[in-house]
Amino acid sequence: MHRTKVRVVEDALDANNTIAGANASDFERSNVTVVNLMSAPGAGKTTLLERSLEGIAEEGLRVGVLEGDVQGSFDADRLSVLHIPVVQLNTDNGFGGECHLDANMVRSALPAVPLDDIDVLIVENVGNLVCPAEFRIGEDSRIMVCSVTEGEDKPLKYPLMFRACELVVINKVDLLQHLDFDVDRLEANIKQVNHDATVMRVSAKTGEGVGEFRAWLKALPARIAAQEAHDHDHDHADHDHEHHDHAEQQPATA
Amino acid sequence: MHEFDLSSAIVQTVNKHAAGRKVTHITLRVGRLRQVVKDTLLFYLAIVGKDTPCEGATLEIIDVPAVLRCKTCKNEWEIEIPAFICGTCGPGAVEVATGEEFMVESIEVEDEEEAACTAPR
Repeated sequence: MHRTKVRVVEDALDANNTIAGANASDFERSNVTVVNLMSAPGAGKTTLLERSLEGIAEEGLRVGVLEGDVQGSFDADRLSVLHIPVVQLNTDNGFGGECHLDANMVRSALPAVPLDDIDVLIVENVGNLVCPAEFRIGEDSRIMVCSVTEGEDKPLKYPLMFRACELVVINKVDLLQHLDFDVDRLEANIKQVNHDATVMRVSAKTGEGVGEFRAWLKALPARIAAQEAHDHDHDHADHDHEHHDHAEQQPATA
Repeated sequence: MHEFDLSSAIVQTVNKHAAGRKVTHITLRVGRLRQVVKDTLLFYLAIVGKDTPCEGATLEIIDVPAVLRCKTCKNEWEIEIPAFICGTCGPGAVEVATGEEFMVESIEVEDEEEAACTAPR
């Protein structure tokens, strides 16, 4: 026996990213814009969907929901009154259940999703502020719900998640009057880790701000299409920027 | 808490490259921004790697600092806290130079000496 060193240099999540790419191709073929909706457990993802998707089909946006949960179909049942396609995806694989959705789990659920009958697919991820941010599922947009009962410092504790999202919905603002919570500080902390994030203040319970979220959702397919056309045009220009190697550089201290 | 799934991803990647050979050592390159807890990763790797070519392999983690770059002034600096803001130009044009890596850098495998020059089919 002798030992051989094998150079690998491969992102350990490449296998997931490859499947995410296959999902993305399927979504593109059916002309579906996909949103990965994430949050901590209990932040109000399902309530936000209940409130914001009601009657949205009549306004011209056909939305479907893929519900990721460790167990049960409680959320899918709640959304069934909306009369939109809702597919339940459980992550319990006999090992206690995954704490996030990965590309392969989403792929396994796709045959049940009527991609040709919808414009937007919202994938409600498992409630968790860490793992979902790391596993791409083939989405066009990543968004999160953060509620005012969670603490203003959450963006600083979970920068991976807050940086991954282009929209942060601050939910449960109706509770602010009862809480010792500085919502401006939360927003400043979000901007500190992700300056480009859009931030909305919403109460899915009272409906405050839900219209703004609904409008954002309705504008999304056109915006993503424009973005993709733009990225396509700039493919060559972007390529030049990707070849910097910083491994040897000594970083300066701020 | 994400270390379990990250361990699975590592074992999957390593076993693919090991192509059936026993793995004795794994070198990873992990960026600070990935928020990976080393001890937890080691703990899970031992569990996930059991009964696979990875079983018993030693692990080495190369830490990659979190380095930001300002797209406006081109300055680069290392951060210890999550503040993605340029001290000179403010927020808005800051990108991550390093710190998001989660790579299998290399592995060391056992080869049968006689079979070493025979390519596996």
